[in-house]
Amino acid sequence: MYINYNPSRNGELVPQKGNKMQSEEIYKKYPKNEAPNMIPMLQDIQGIHGYLPEDDIIRVARHLGVPTSRVYGVATFYNQFRLTPLGKHVIRVCRGTACHVKGSLDILQILETELGISAGETTKDMQFTIETVACIGACSIAPVIVIDDKYYGGLTSKSVYKLIKEYTKKD
Amino acid sequence: MNIKINNNAYWANPGETILQVAQREGIKIPTLCYIADLTPSGACRICIVELSNGQLVPSCAYPVADGMEVLTNSKKVRRSRKSIIELLIANHPQDCLVCVRNGCCDLQDLAAEYGVRSYRYVGEKRSGKLDLASPAVERDPEKCILCGRCVRMCHEVQNVGAIDFVDRGFYSNVAPAMNRSLNTTACVYCGQCIVACPVGALREKSYLKQAWEAINDPDVHVIAQVAPAVRVAIGEEFGMAPGTISTGKIPAALRRIGVNEIFDTNFAADLTIMEEANELIDRIKNGGKLPMFTSCSPGWIKYVEHFYPELFDNISTCKSPQGMQGAMIKSYYAQKRGIDPAKIFVLSIMPCTAKKFEAGRPELSVTHTAPDVDVVISTREFARMMRLAGIDFTRMPDEGFDDPLGEATGAGALFGASGGVMEAALRTAHFMITGKDMDRIDFTSIRGLEGVKESSIKIGNATLKVAAVSGLHNIDKFLEDVKNGKSKFHFIEVMACPGGCINGGGQPLPSSPEKIKKRMEAIYEVDRSLPKRCSHYNDSINALYDTFLGKPGGKKSHELLHTHFFKRESI
Repeated sequence: MYINYNPSRNGELVPQKGNKMQSEEIYKKYPKNEAPNMIPMLQDIQGIHGYLPEDDIIRVARHLGVPTSRVYGVATFYNQFRLTPLGKHVIRVCRGTACHVKGSLDILQILETELGISAGETTKDMQFTIETVACIGACSIAPVIVIDDKYYGGLTSKSVYKLIKEYTKKD
Repeated sequence: MNIKINNNAYWANPGETILQVAQREGIKIPTLCYIADLTPSGACRICIVELSNGQLVPSCAYPVADGMEVLTNSKKVRRSRKSIIELLIANHPQDCLVCVRNGCCDLQDLAAEYGVRSYRYVGEKRSGKLDLASPAVERDPEKCILCGRCVRMCHEVQNVGAIDFVDRGFYSNVAPAMNRSLNTTACVYCGQCIVACPVGALREKSYLKQAWEAINDPDVHVIAQVAPAVRVAIGEEFGMAPGTISTGKIPAALRRIGVNEIFDTNFAADLTIMEEANELIDRIKNGGKLPMFTSCSPGWIKYVEHFYPELFDNISTCKSPQGMQGAMIKSYYAQKRGIDPAKIFVLSIMPCTAKKFEAGRPELSVTHTAPDVDVVISTREFARMMRLAGIDFTRMPDEGFDDPLGEATGAGALFGASGGVMEAALRTAHFMITGKDMDRIDFTSIRGLEGVKESSIKIGNATLKVAAVSGLHNIDKFLEDVKNGKSKFHFIEVMACPGGCINGGGQPLPSSPEKIKKRMEAIYEVDRSLPKRCSHYNDSINALYDTFLGKPGGKKSHELLHTHFFKRESI
């Protein structure tokens, strides 16, 4: 299931609409050769898979009668689109000003080192994805990270290590 | 409407941009991302001008308004332009000395014009992987200045869309889908992106190393062939006026470089005409698939293989002149001279980058062991070769091509310009059908630089409807008509590059519409100046048929001079 960070609902993580629609229905829903539908179509596809698989990028291009390079260009331009699958747990690290002052870079680096990936990537075992966010609006408890739908504030290096261990143990 | 540029009054038409008015009036405004006739992008900002309220606007995308006052070269404009150049250079590898575009680079010229004397801004540079995987076109993303000219050329003019802008912000770059290599895309290798690129981010794959190795090897018999459009353009590389005809200087230079024999691709163009005219007549008489499309432009052929495989039966099965010449050298010539084809190295000099890909097609091999054409170099690479060999091209004497594949008529020369193959083929088709030549062999209604030229011609009691199309975005309409059974044409010539080979992806840079026009005039001058102007009067061609091939469209011709096409998958 695709989860989308929706700032209008106070930081709640909500499932994208239409997540149950299957791939084939998307290609039926949108008429052929109508390029303006590209973004809604990509959104629907991401709604199913949680990311945009390469095969679908090619198929959307064929369906809309535009070069694959253009679809890929759009998919890489907008932050809302992902080209790699999300892990089971999505860790969002706030890199806003308040969190930065309170040491969020250290926290990000600890997470990256511990999980062996960089921000924007997913671990090989598909357990964790790290993302950075400009500001999640919880400055009073900076530095803050969000794992799945849970907020963890006032973090220190120690508590971050502990937190990751807990999540690794859970599974 | 009236506008003022630099305090002088000018007349402007509504809808024009400031840049268009300035260019018309001879006021120089530098441009980088601008290409005339294509969507303005306003990406580079180098063409900024100052309005009376002090605002800086990009003149390429800013429409004129009545009473507008524009300064194109105020202090503010000059300072801003210089800063833009300095910022572009800050994110550019400063390796001009070893860059293939050293000496013909827009960024380099601008830096010189605006007196950039130091690297004022230093910071992180965008990194990118070299893409060397294709046989014809190389990408060097670190040199890219993101002007987007190649992208617009590939999408709007060539309708291929192999590359586009990818990612955003600092990481923006121009790349094929999924950041893969060009050879995985539908890129037709026309090289128009290279012509559009103001810097060295796109360039041809060079085969000069292989060419020199063959020339330096005494055991290898090196044979060069020279395409029609090379002789009207190569002079530009040596400061000669655009449109200078250098037919005789080319073989002279090649002999001095050490090439053993020099044949003329125009000869093979004449041979193509014999086969193609015969094929056209055969299709018309015996109810074959019509319209017939020409097959000499390798970019066009790859385009069909990717996008219209269902129309293969409408494409002439003739090999391109390069392919025919290669096949004749490694069969007819090798046999006639008693030379082992394995010892022959065919070096093609072409105005084209797609010819490099064509030469590597496995089906184009009469020996089934080595390609018929071993290596293709572009007009630009040929110039580099001459410079390295210390040849002063301007002072070369006029020499001739070698026999038996060196004689050519004016018809063969016409292959260099859009509409030329059609004209040459009609001259011979008319003769083949009626037994006599056309009253006027100049077929002017399909000459010129327009992308689509339609005409009709009466041969005997039949009227043929013909079209000459160049620039691939112009061809889809014709192909869709054929698909839907609505095409009224009998014969359609297609050249991938706008204007034909004279504007090929391998031609001297920088290019301009004026230069292309001069090259085209030169092509018709070559035709006019030759005593024989129809392929069927080429004695060497007739001898080739009498002693070796039999007749046009015969069994041996089919085996050696015709080919087939493959459906191609791409991302």
